[in-house]
Formats: sequence, structure tokens, C-alpha cells
Amino acid sequence: MATVTFDKASRIYPGTERPAVDALELDIADGEFLVLVGPSGCGKSTSLRMLAGLEDIDAGSIWVGDRDVTHVQPKDRDIAMVFQSYALYPHMTVADNMGFALKIAKVDKAEIRQRVEAAAKILDLTEYLDRKPKALSGGQRQRVAMGRAIVRQPQVFLMDEPLSNLDAKLRVQTRTQIAALQRRLGTTTVYVTHDQVEALTMGDRIAVLKDGLLQQVGTPRDMYDAPANVFVAGFIGSPAMNIGTYSVNGGFAQIGNGQVALNREAVAGLKAEDHNKVVLGFRPESLDRVSPNTEGAFPITVDVVEELGSDAFVYGSIPSGAPGAGEIHFDAGDSEVIVRIDPRDVPAKGDAVWVKIREGEQHVFSSASGDRLSGAVHTAK
Amino acid sequence: MPAYDGHMALNITGAVNPELLDLPWSTPLETWPDDTLAALPRGISRHVVRFVRFNGRVLAVKETVGPIAHREFDMLKELGRMGAPCVTPFAVVDGRVDADGNELAAALVTEHLQFSLPYRALFSQALRSDTLDRLTDALAVLLVRLHLLGFYWGDVSLSNALFRRDAEAFSAYLVDAETGDLHTHLTPGQRAYDIDLARTNIIGEMFDLQAAEELDDAVDPLELGDRIEERYKELWSTLTGKETFKDNIRYHVAERVKALNELGFDVAELDMTQTGDGRELSIRPKVVDAGHHSRRLLRLTGLDVQENQARRLLNDLDEFRAVFSPDEDESFVAHEWLARVFEPTVRAVPREFRRKLEPAQVFHEVLDHRWFLAEKRSDVTMPEAVASYVKNVLPNRPDEQAVLGQAIGAEGDAETGTETRAIQAWQLPRSSPRITTGTIDTGTSTEKR
Repeated sequence: MATVTFDKASRIYPGTERPAVDALELDIADGEFLVLVGPSGCGKSTSLRMLAGLEDIDAGSIWVGDRDVTHVQPKDRDIAMVFQSYALYPHMTVADNMGFALKIAKVDKAEIRQRVEAAAKILDLTEYLDRKPKALSGGQRQRVAMGRAIVRQPQVFLMDEPLSNLDAKLRVQTRTQIAALQRRLGTTTVYVTHDQVEALTMGDRIAVLKDGLLQQVGTPRDMYDAPANVFVAGFIGSPAMNIGTYSVNGGFAQIGNGQVALNREAVAGLKAEDHNKVVLGFRPESLDRVSPNTEGAFPITVDVVEELGSDAFVYGSIPSGAPGAGEIHFDAGDSEVIVRIDPRDVPAKGDAVWVKIREGEQHVFSSASGDRLSGAVHTAK
Repeated sequence: MPAYDGHMALNITGAVNPELLDLPWSTPLETWPDDTLAALPRGISRHVVRFVRFNGRVLAVKETVGPIAHREFDMLKELGRMGAPCVTPFAVVDGRVDADGNELAAALVTEHLQFSLPYRALFSQALRSDTLDRLTDALAVLLVRLHLLGFYWGDVSLSNALFRRDAEAFSAYLVDAETGDLHTHLTPGQRAYDIDLARTNIIGEMFDLQAAEELDDAVDPLELGDRIEERYKELWSTLTGKETFKDNIRYHVAERVKALNELGFDVAELDMTQTGDGRELSIRPKVVDAGHHSRRLLRLTGLDVQENQARRLLNDLDEFRAVFSPDEDESFVAHEWLARVFEPTVRAVPREFRRKLEPAQVFHEVLDHRWFLAEKRSDVTMPEAVASYVKNVLPNRPDEQAVLGQAIGAEGDAETGTETRAIQAWQLPRSSPRITTGTIDTGTSTEKR
């Protein structure tokens, strides 16, 4: 068991100017499941590989517990990379498949058996130990593969997109199993994914990276309720947060035909360089349908309704011609606004629905820096 | 975004061959029609891999998820472009759906490497005592060559390579690039991790062969694991190490280059640095790639063979030149040698035996055979040697043109039997791509692609 510390650790590839990972500072607690997440090229895999010893650390250092491993060989770091794919040996028993790496390390037989039995218990494989892998189901085989890493009793597990070669259904099952297993073992784990849903569902904490820079680290709830900047706001959450840039006038933002009163603390945080503009975010579930011309309401023209049974989402746009139209930008690149609505009261394509951002559910960011100006949002369910 | 519920279209990237569409893409690979396969139990699978006869060639088809298939296709293409020893990617087939409209996995299609052998196939033949050492050495050379190109493998094992006979040795080829990455330079950590994986996996593979009673218990898997590490390190330091000299620099540089050429590597350039006090010079070669002898032979004769085979052929060519006309231009003599020695020898092999070994390997073995015959009589000619070889040696050799590995347990006890089968690609009409022989389950050590 151990903590992991990135102390201003950087990786600069030869011949490039911008660091692939730029002075990363991250403290991972003993037993924690930390997920590194971000779009491709953000530096998440590079960070993991720096910890594994596969990438050089060009500045700063990395610590496992109280040991500086910056210049230590991969195999001497007491870290296990858990593969997305393992070869199971068909003629060896499940126990031998799990324990053979210990045999290589010349651990004595009794100790190997004891560690294999302990791992098998955690993995629900005890009754299969003396069978061959062929007799197991696909899921059990995957657990045998995990067992190979577990019996080594490393201080830290590393997983780099371990679900990427599974189909969608198996991916959901396996992510639940990995998260549950990690909690049973209590071994510090660093997990890399590009999928924010995977990150939210698995991690104790999530670290979001972009362009080699750590954007924010926190619990899934922190990231959802108080994204530190516009990037994190747009990245975390599905469907994504609606985000737009609006003019501010006397504490009100102009959205379409609506005047939306802004959070006071946020307005106070505006600076000259913001030029009286803010970036305002609101999640699809933070909008209430209201009657036209309600104070603070604005209209949305319905393009598509997606019905999911328990929920329904309107994908629409602010009518063109209205001031503020076209200024909303959604992650997908168009000026779409997404609204969660009552699935029993669904509008038709082309209808206008009037919506209002629920009190206290605005995410306000500086238009100059993109940094958060308002406090955390506590979304009413 | 709203869910997309339109129909997916079958999409083939890579091969310019519409006949590829005739393969039964709307059924899962494991149920592709195959009489032989029906009797085989399913193995331990990460991906299903099967071999398909297609227009006179053999293709390996592996099912995996789309992005991974595309990534591996691009990676193999790039590695091939860089001259790495690896299988050639043929196509990615994506957007597969079955008759009920259910999505099927994407497929990566690669060309089967002719005359290559999975390592397990070598255990079903009479195993020479040093075969394991030679396989391990071949894998070490492959790993060094890949590392020189900046390829981090991430899953080095005997199962993830194919082996071709190369005179006395074997040459190894990369077949599974799924876990790999290309970098400008590898870090010491990446190389160390690959070596450690190679060591662990080879030991695991040997333990498994012993569990299957295909390998004598007297063999120590740990020694073999240490061997790959040692061989890798030796070769790496010979190829990339820095040497410092005080005097006679020109001589030392020439010697270094010669030593590298003898190992089969060409040198692109040398970094020379004066030491601090200016009295010594350090040299560090930049090795381009293996294939020094095979490139020379190709230039002289047009024969495209492997490195050790080329070395052997060049030796014979040099002897021929010494006897025939030492003053004649080298390329002219090469032409004569090809017409008078090489071609008559390989053509003396009857057609029915030509699937057993590659021509260059046959030539190498005939040279060996002549040496063996010369113990009794010193003036054995090549025509005599080849006649004796065809009569006494070749008939007992297995066909190796397209050995596709083996399935786990053909019948009965599914966990013990291994079997090696040759695919008989020339027996069916060319126009109908049909499926033949084994499934290979890639999660196993039996054969992993």
C-alpha cells in the first residue's frame, strides 16, 4: 500500500517545445482509485507511463510512498501494469497461471500457494484453482488475468484504457467489476480513460488533463457541481453542459429574449479584461419549462426530442434573430441547447419551449480566463 | 446527441479487392463454415483468429473492435514502410452486421507470411536440442530491430511472433502489434520493460509446454528467460555502444563497421566526439537496419532472401568467383552463379516437394548435405548433392509453406492435444474464396495474433 506523488513532473519529448505533461502536481492517497481523464493528446497516458517508468521524467519527480522512483527501472518500482489482454496458458492450471510470475521471482512454493489462494478468494475463483483455463467462462478468465497482477502484491496498479478492446456491453460490466475489485483489495490504483462516463462511475477522484496541464482534480461530485473552468464544465457530464458567452448588463446576462439575473458573487468577480461578458453554463437538468415571458426565461426551438423512457431530452436552438442567439456553443460544435424535460409531456419538432435556469444552478466563468467565478451548484433532483 | 439508428454499411479499408466482399462477413468469425473446425472446442479467446484461403493466398482474419483494428492496421503499415520484419496488413472490415441487424466485431485482415512457423509447430517436429536457443535468439534480434526503429512492443512473446528458417538460424517476425507504440526514440524504461515482458512470457510459454509434456522437464525455463535478456543486451550494446580511442582512429572505425556488417547490420553514420582534453575520440554508430547481406545479394542477383541465407549464398558466390574468374566484375559473376549454380539446384527439387521449404533454404541445406557427403568423397558436385538431398532428405521434411498453428485439442481431451496442420491452398478453385482449417484463440499461448 502506498501513496503516489507527482511533484511538478514534466515530460518533454525531444524536438518539441510544449511539454506533453507540464509540471503535474498530484497527490494520490493510499488505497485511492484515481482516474486520469481527458481528450486524446492531453497527457493522461504519458503521465501514467511516467509513473510506470516507461517515459522519462524531464523535470520534477515521482514518489511511491516515501521513495523517489524518478530514476528507478520499471520492474523495480513495485508497480503492476494491468494489461488489457493477457495470454492464459492452456495447459497450466488456474493456480499456475496466477502464480507463475512468483515462481520466476523464486518465491517459495508454500508462499505462492498461499498468495494464489488469497487472490482466488477475492476473485471468486477458489473452486477453479486446479482446473485449466478452458473450463472457465470469459469473465472468469479475465479474473484469472487480474489474479496474475494481484498475487504480486504491488504497491500500485496501473491501468491504461483497459476496456478499450471490449464491446460496449462488456465494457459496462467489466468497469463495475474492476471498481468493485479495487475496493475489495484496497490497492492504490491509477486508471486512464478518455471516457468521462467511465471516469465518473469508477474513480474515487478524477483528474482532468488538457494539453499536458492538470485542469482540476476532485471527486466525481466536485467535478460535476463545481467545474473549475469552461473546459472541465464542457468535458464532464453527459449530455454535456450548455455553455455560451453572453453580454452582461447591470448584473443580467442577455440570453435570447431573456434577461437572466447572474449570481452576485460571480458578477463581483468580473474584471476589466472580461469586457462585460461572461461564459454561462447550465446543465440540461437545470432548466425548468415555464410559461412564455416569465422573468428570466428564454425560448428554445425544438429540433429533436430524444426519449429515453425515464428521461427525455430536447435538442434545440435559440431562435435566430433574437439577441444572444448563436452565442451558445455546445461541445459538439453547433449552437445546440439541450433541455431535460418530463417524458410525459414532450413537445413536437418546431415547437418553441420557454425555459428558465433554476435558482442557484448557474455555472459562471470569466470570459477572459475561462475560470470559474460562481460557487458550486447543488443540482436539485 | 440523439441515438443514430440507421443501418451500418460494410466498410473495407485497405485492400483493393472487391472479392473480399464475398467472404461471409455477416456471420461471426467463429461460425464461418469449416468442416474441420466443427469438431474443435473453443479455446481461451481474447480475439478469434482464423485463416482463410483467398484467391490463391492465405489471409489471417482477426476479430476485434473497430478502432483497435484500424490502429493496428496503420501501425503494421507504418512498420512495414520502415522495413520492420512484420506481417503485412491487408484490410480492415468494419460495419459488419448479421442477418438480424446485430453489430458484429470489426476484422483485421493480414497476409499470411509464407513458410513461417508458429513456435509451437516446431515442437511437433523432432526438436533439435538447440532449437529453443535459436528461437530465443531470433526473438532477441527481432526485439532489438524493433527497438532501433522506435517501436515499443508491449507484449513480447514467442506466441506473438512467427519464425522462418534462415539457414542455421531462425528469423522472427512480429505478428501482433496491438499493444505497441511508435516513438522517435525509446526510453531506457520502455526497452527495459519490453525485455522484462519477453523474459516473463518466454518462461510462461516454456512452463506451459512442460505442463503439456511437449518439453522435457530437464529444460530450465528460467535459463531460457535469462538468455533472451542477455542476448538482447549484448546485441544492443554492440550496435549502439560508444567506444573511445586514442590513436589509429581510422582503423578502429573500419573495424567497428566491419563487425556490425558481419552481424548483418548496416551503419548509416557515425557520431564522433572528441573527449574533453581533445586527446581521444569517441565513436557511436547509428545503425540503420539489419539486412546487410540480404541487401547485397538482392543487388547482385535479384534474390530476396533472409539474412543468414544471404550470407550462405554470398559465401558460395564468393567461392564460385574465386574459382571461375577472380578478376571478373562481381555483378557479372553473380549472374553466372545464378544461372549455373543456384537455379539448377533449386529447380532440381521436384514440384511436389516445393511446399516444404523456401528455395534459398533448400540451397542452404543442399550445401550442408554436400559437406556431409564430402566426408566420404571430397569431390561431390552440386548436381550430385542435390540429387542425393532430394532422394534422401527432403521427402521426410514436412510442408512448411503455410503452417497455421494448431487448435487446442482436436478431439478427446481438449486440454492436452496440440496439432499442426498445413493448409492446402492450391487445391480449391481460385474463384471461390472458401474457408479452411483451424481457429486460433489468441488469448492462449498456443498461437496469439
